[in-house]
Amino acid sequence: MQKSKQKPVNKVGTIHEALSYIHDGSTLMFGGFGGIGNPPTLIDAILEKGTKDLTLIGNDAAFPDIGIGRIVSRGLVKKMIASHIGSNPVAGQLMTDGKLEVEFSPQGTLAERIRAGGVGLKGILVDVGLGSMVEEGKQKVTVDGKTCILEKPLRAEVSIVYAKKADTFGNLVYDTSARNTSPLVAMAGDYTIAEVEEIVPSGELDPECVVTPGIFVDMIIQSKGVNWTWAWE
Amino acid sequence: MGMGIDLRNRMARRAAKEIEPGMIVNLGIGIPSLVSNHIPAVMQVMFQAENGVLGMGESPEEGEENPMLCNAAGFPVSIVPGASYFDSATAFGIIRSGNLDITILGGLEVSEQGDLANWIVPGKRVPGIGGAMELAQKAKKVIVLMSHVNKHGAPKILPECQLPLTAKACVDIIITDRAVIEVTKKGLLLKEVMAPYTVDDVIKNTAAELKLSDQVTTLS
Repeated sequence: MQKSKQKPVNKVGTIHEALSYIHDGSTLMFGGFGGIGNPPTLIDAILEKGTKDLTLIGNDAAFPDIGIGRIVSRGLVKKMIASHIGSNPVAGQLMTDGKLEVEFSPQGTLAERIRAGGVGLKGILVDVGLGSMVEEGKQKVTVDGKTCILEKPLRAEVSIVYAKKADTFGNLVYDTSARNTSPLVAMAGDYTIAEVEEIVPSGELDPECVVTPGIFVDMIIQSKGVNWTWAWE
Repeated sequence: MGMGIDLRNRMARRAAKEIEPGMIVNLGIGIPSLVSNHIPAVMQVMFQAENGVLGMGESPEEGEENPMLCNAAGFPVSIVPGASYFDSATAFGIIRSGNLDITILGGLEVSEQGDLANWIVPGKRVPGIGGAMELAQKAKKVIVLMSHVNKHGAPKILPECQLPLTAKACVDIIITDRAVIEVTKKGLLLKEVMAPYTVDDVIKNTAAELKLSDQVTTLS
């Protein structure tokens, strides 16, 4: 669970080096929302390698031919922890056929579970989901007379995110709504790989504008850009 | 639900009447997403999306889209003055802390007590929860836009929901293709019917008990 090794100051790596951290059976957390913010070049490389039996943690299953959805559609995923899979009918079919286990978390709860995992908290207390299937089998805690569900933190062996810019230390700046879950996911990986559109030398990013501090990033990969067609195109 | 665009727009237009200038509003996927077309910019409504935008504007011109800047359904949007971007934890921080004035959601079933079911049909449809639980449970006002009956013609407004719940006692107003119904402490109050449907039609196609407003108006 703990990141122990001291990190290099220059974290720019190759896609080949990045893949050496992702194996059959790995738990992989990904940034993105409906495919937006899923890292395209890393996803391509995982598809090419055919890494299987993955446990995926992230907001959603995107679309069958978009983003992380491509990995799900290929049947490379054993289990998914997500808030919804509705935009990816292949994922729904795999779930119905018993080939994909899905654990649903309400979206805001999922975000906070990932954040909790990333920032060293042992759980979060929420009232969202009380009176629904979400509370089943979970520990309840009473706070000031109010019942809350104890939701547990999430971490992964490897986190992959997409950002607009990184400096060589790994400080990240995102692009508009592609930020979504990525800053949370970046904190919750034992090893975090950021795929970015542009890599700049340390000192080039305004510290005031950095969204993810580089300390959470272990490797930076140059992105080849989005190579799928969006649903609206 | 197989409803034509005219019907869907009529529902969206009616829902838009609930929105007041300056409100913070989150629109769900499907018919709710049409509501913003009926809100003039001069009202300065701030539309929030759970993927991390407050202050979404209209769809950009073709060719002007930024594929990274989208609403929660994945369609490109623009932003209005005063807009901001943030991560998903903050997006739900806004929702959970009660800062949303209105959310407009789709629905599979609504009960007499205002319980909402809209995330799963076990064994058949597995769309998942998304942000619906936070939105339904925490927005100050919850409006559900849905067809009055399901594709088999069976009522979707029931004494008790049969499908797994999204949230209990959360719905304030139900707007369907046939009626506008308010959820009150005393039960469901039929306030408006949509022409050509009549009060009798609506009662017949609603499984829950309906109380009639003193003056049920008809929307053309």
